[in-house]
Amino acid sequence: MKTYTKKQRERRNTLIGWLLVAPALIFMLIFTVYPIFRSVYLSLTKYRLGMQTPEFIGLENYINLAGSSLFWKVMGNTLYFALITIIPSMVVGLFLATIVNRKSRMTGFVRTAYFYPVVMPMIAIASIWMFIYMAKNGLFDQMLVRMGFEPMNVLSSKSTVLPAMAFMYVWKEAGYLMVFFLSGIQSISTEVNEAARIDGANSWTIFRKITLPLLAPTFLFVSTIALTNSFKLVDHVVIMTEGAPNNASTLLLYYIYQQGFTNFNYGVSSALTTIMLVLLMIVALPRFLSQDKKIHYN
Amino acid sequence: MRKKLVLAAAAGLVASAMALSACSGGSGGSGSAAGGENAAQSGGESASDDALHLTFYYPVNVGGSAAALIEQICADFNEENPDIVVEPVYTGNYDDTVTKIQTAIQGGTPPDVFVSLATQRFTMASTGMAMPLDDLIAADGEEGQAYIDDFLDGFMLDSYVDGQIYSIPFQRSTMVLFYNKDAFEEVGLDPEDPPETWEEVVEYGQKLTNENRYGVGLALNSGSAQWAFTGFCLQNSVNGENLMTDDGKQVLFDTPENVEALQFWLDLQNEYKIMAPGIVQWTDLPTQFLAGEVAMIYHTTGNMANINENADFEFGAAFLPGHKRVAAPTGGGNFYISSGISEERVQAAWKFIKFATETERAAQWSLDTGYVATRESCFETDLMKDYYEEVPQAKVAYDQIPYSAPELTTYNAAEIWRVLNDNIQAAVVGDATPQEALTAAQEQATEILAEYQ
Repeated sequence: MKTYTKKQRERRNTLIGWLLVAPALIFMLIFTVYPIFRSVYLSLTKYRLGMQTPEFIGLENYINLAGSSLFWKVMGNTLYFALITIIPSMVVGLFLATIVNRKSRMTGFVRTAYFYPVVMPMIAIASIWMFIYMAKNGLFDQMLVRMGFEPMNVLSSKSTVLPAMAFMYVWKEAGYLMVFFLSGIQSISTEVNEAARIDGANSWTIFRKITLPLLAPTFLFVSTIALTNSFKLVDHVVIMTEGAPNNASTLLLYYIYQQGFTNFNYGVSSALTTIMLVLLMIVALPRFLSQDKKIHYN
Repeated sequence: MRKKLVLAAAAGLVASAMALSACSGGSGGSGSAAGGENAAQSGGESASDDALHLTFYYPVNVGGSAAALIEQICADFNEENPDIVVEPVYTGNYDDTVTKIQTAIQGGTPPDVFVSLATQRFTMASTGMAMPLDDLIAADGEEGQAYIDDFLDGFMLDSYVDGQIYSIPFQRSTMVLFYNKDAFEEVGLDPEDPPETWEEVVEYGQKLTNENRYGVGLALNSGSAQWAFTGFCLQNSVNGENLMTDDGKQVLFDTPENVEALQFWLDLQNEYKIMAPGIVQWTDLPTQFLAGEVAMIYHTTGNMANINENADFEFGAAFLPGHKRVAAPTGGGNFYISSGISEERVQAAWKFIKFATETERAAQWSLDTGYVATRESCFETDLMKDYYEEVPQAKVAYDQIPYSAPELTTYNAAEIWRVLNDNIQAAVVGDATPQEALTAAQEQATEILAEYQ
């Protein structure tokens, strides 16, 4: 067999490496990297239905958005929705994880049951929950009536529409987060638990002093996932309210969709997309920076 | 070993490249397959290679069978015209269709003929996406004029931009009042005497409302509210002034009459309590009506078939109750021809439009879909006469067309709709008074339309 010099071998290895990642890389360039740069460029242009070529206008789209009360309302909605979905879904997810971590004959069934909403498409869930939340005749309002309250018609009141959607989303998302917490809990060595138990610690103390601190990396990961997921939500708004009433349920992604594909205002839509991109990068930043720091991996 | 790896990686590359090309080739392949199918249907006598291929974009905004019906129309056309092959392309809902047309234009392959909302005509004209049809009509001579004159005036109103015809009515609807005759009888109202005025709506509504039932139902979600609102504003205007000027460059939202109309809606909800508070979805309303939970609903004639099929009570359909005058809004989609395509294609597209709107075909289309037949002569056909015998409620839509006017239509129609809907909703949920809401809507809309003045 022919022998190669070290340099030749290295070059060969590099080539193989590039070839191996090439398929993924090509798709990423075409479907992720190029669209990002294109969006950033379009966000600096006036580009509407019927225009053959975008017209460069600098930061005008951003300036207009900054002065638009609707934009700030949408941003407020998006942050509010993130807040009322992430924390509850993490708490519920962790709670479910501790439940299904116990060994019992039902464990398999219970885990599947909790995970079930996760695999359902959001569109289907939103369609079903729309019936639940339907004014007066929906399950929710009927329950209120049976208990002697007034029906609420939650989807058409500006104060209840986002919490109602958040509740639905927590129901769907908690099972997903449960899986991460479960794997986090199970990766904690049982010896630590046993040692604590011998020292006389009760379950709550163990949970607080051992499980929670050791779950820190999981928390960081899960919160990043939950936050980005909550930004990415749009299906349920389209199905359930179309942003009603008076944009009380318009979230950022729906606003982008509406600007781009209903108003055909591609420039503004791209500016909003760029804003969303920056927000998501900010959200993901702590995970990049603090990885392997301050957090116990065992 | 390494050699194998290189090979594998190379194979991977090739495979992915093939997958990519398969993706791009896929659409072309299916397109030509459809063409082949059409050719086969035309008896295969003409080698469709030298036939003129037209692309036809169409949206479907109602139940699923409309797509099959449109494909049938195309197949029939291709059979009759072996030298032309119309390839129908389903393009989603109305909004999706506009997006796809725009994309196709940028790709240099605009559809030759397409169906889009009648309310998009100002946008279509101003962006140069569609062409005026006057020359084509004139070239047909007397026949052309007779063809245009045969369309119901109420629908033709929606075809003009600056005095030129840009579109031909196709899938058109209007809003009617559906009411539950059993409920009428139950509370001692004459089931053959639906409310004819706003006062009667309130009077009847109060009788019909009880613990389990609202008297009146209106859908106030975005995309629906502006339609019903057009109707109420027309009814409340002595001269039948619409929500916009005919040139589509100005809106007239904040007139005292329109404020009254919006106040009337709020009164139905809050003062008389005969309409569900908040915002009822367009799609929920027929369901609630069929369940007996609302006794009278304002809805599209497009729902006639659905209600006729599923109501387990006697139902009636009636003119929208008037106030200062009787009036109703029309809606729906029209045929357009793309601008910038060759003369030969324009002629073929025009031929196809005339074929698709032939009297018998338009009548059949109306029966199959629930849209209102677009031409006067449709109502002379046996097809239509038999249908009205069978479902007398359906005739109301036709009778009402002379009283109808186009729904809110301007440049940037979608954005203007949204502005009006948002502000109407603000009034409905109590964020603003009717006056404040319509003043805000007027200001926002005027700003959007500023560039067209």
